[in-house]
Amino acid sequence: MSVTDPAIIARQARLSTLAKAPAARLCALFAAYASEQPTHALLRAPEIGTVMLRGRAGATGAPFNLGEMTVTRCAVRLASGAVGHGHVQGRDADAARTAALIDALCEDGQVAAIEAAILAPLRAEAAAHKQARATRAAATKVAFFTMVRGDNA
Amino acid sequence: MYVAVKGGERAIDNAHAWLAEERRGDTGVAELSIAQIREQLALSVARVMAEGSLYDPDLAALAIKQARGDLIEAVFLIRAYRTTLPRFGASNPIETAAMVCDRRISATFKDLPGGQILGPTFDYTHRLLDFALAAEGLDPAPAPQVAAPDGALPHVTDFLAREDLIQPEADGPATPRDLTREPLDFPADRPLRLQALTRGDEGFVLSMAYSTQRGYGRTHPFVGELRIGTVAVEMEIPELGFAIELGEVVLTECETVNQFMGSKTEPPQFTRGYGLVFGQSERKAISMALVDRSLRWEELGEDNVGAPAQDQEFVLYHADNVQATGFLEHIKLPHYVDFQSELELIRRLRAEALGDQAREAAE
Repeated sequence: MSVTDPAIIARQARLSTLAKAPAARLCALFAAYASEQPTHALLRAPEIGTVMLRGRAGATGAPFNLGEMTVTRCAVRLASGAVGHGHVQGRDADAARTAALIDALCEDGQVAAIEAAILAPLRAEAAAHKQARATRAAATKVAFFTMVRGDNA
Repeated sequence: MYVAVKGGERAIDNAHAWLAEERRGDTGVAELSIAQIREQLALSVARVMAEGSLYDPDLAALAIKQARGDLIEAVFLIRAYRTTLPRFGASNPIETAAMVCDRRISATFKDLPGGQILGPTFDYTHRLLDFALAAEGLDPAPAPQVAAPDGALPHVTDFLAREDLIQPEADGPATPRDLTREPLDFPADRPLRLQALTRGDEGFVLSMAYSTQRGYGRTHPFVGELRIGTVAVEMEIPELGFAIELGEVVLTECETVNQFMGSKTEPPQFTRGYGLVFGQSERKAISMALVDRSLRWEELGEDNVGAPAQDQEFVLYHADNVQATGFLEHIKLPHYVDFQSELELIRRLRAEALGDQAREAAE
């Protein structure tokens, strides 16, 4: 389904950034942002589970089950009533709770501060990591040249 | 038949204690960490994730450590752990066209858009032991880097599809059959076969693929494209009402381009085989693509020449190394009563046979 509401698009992007962040880095950035965890109730305690990944036959055809991946999820409600959802790849309960708290604080009007303190650094680090691999891959690109054939020389 | 017997408890406990000691090896040698296995035995980790059917590099590394490097035992540990976890749902089908590629090569087009990217490959190495690696503490020089173009690399089969030269892939049910949730049932449709192959034993799938190359069923494949890289995993989250990216995984994908197909009503077209595997695992991905193509003989109107790689029951029932190990190794467990009855039978038959001989001699 395609989403057009800018608020939802922003939340989608934020949750995706949090899900992919290295757990230790996510928790460290949040600890630096909020010296102590905001008061919250757990709507869903951190829960480790899996998601079945699907591929497509021939990349474009019928979906098939490729295998599962570990995911941890958590949902919180702040005293203000703002609800946050956290999903992170892997099995880190603290990271899932942290992601949920960050989402809730964003819903609670702290978007700009969190964007600067947490989301922008995470995005920049992910981009740098991606770039470091992409530039190495680019260096292994073959530059074909044609040998001069004897009968043409 | 198994018999309940007592008396092995202390022996078993002591065997496990010794196993733990042997696993650790010489305590004068530093212990392996999970991070070391994950980072430095990455291809073993990839294999355990693929055949264990669970993408989690740290868990796979732990399983390898616990299994003392026995990868099938490690796959068994991962499969067992997986069954303890709830499943939150299924991802949207992964877009491998959007893969950020570490490696991408084609054996069919030299000058394809995006080029031939070799990546961190063993190809072109001389397969000579590198004794420099035996001397520890030598970090390699950083690999050269050059500016990378933006944008995803198009699939090679897209070029062929644009001219209608390759068979289009048929869509299938949005929820494919899942052999981890229901018993394997035949005939198996292509999605189910692909699931069985991607988690199948690498050695078995390789040998099946090799047999088709050597003439037991003919597939005549070209590797249209082989790509290894990172893709995002996206899932609809019901409580949010929209999809988010849940993570990233490294996959290896192989698309083969196979011999023509055509009939009186349809002009000839290339056909396809497909391999997609967790982690960096191109031997497995290529093998999977060949076996996939071989198993498609019926839907592509080919003859069954009786080759093992055309027989879906044979391939799918024997591809799983955990099942195979379980059945194979169960024969080492006590079969005392079974064997006792065999012993008695053979003694009686021999006594009868010897008695007959003695009577014949006497007559």
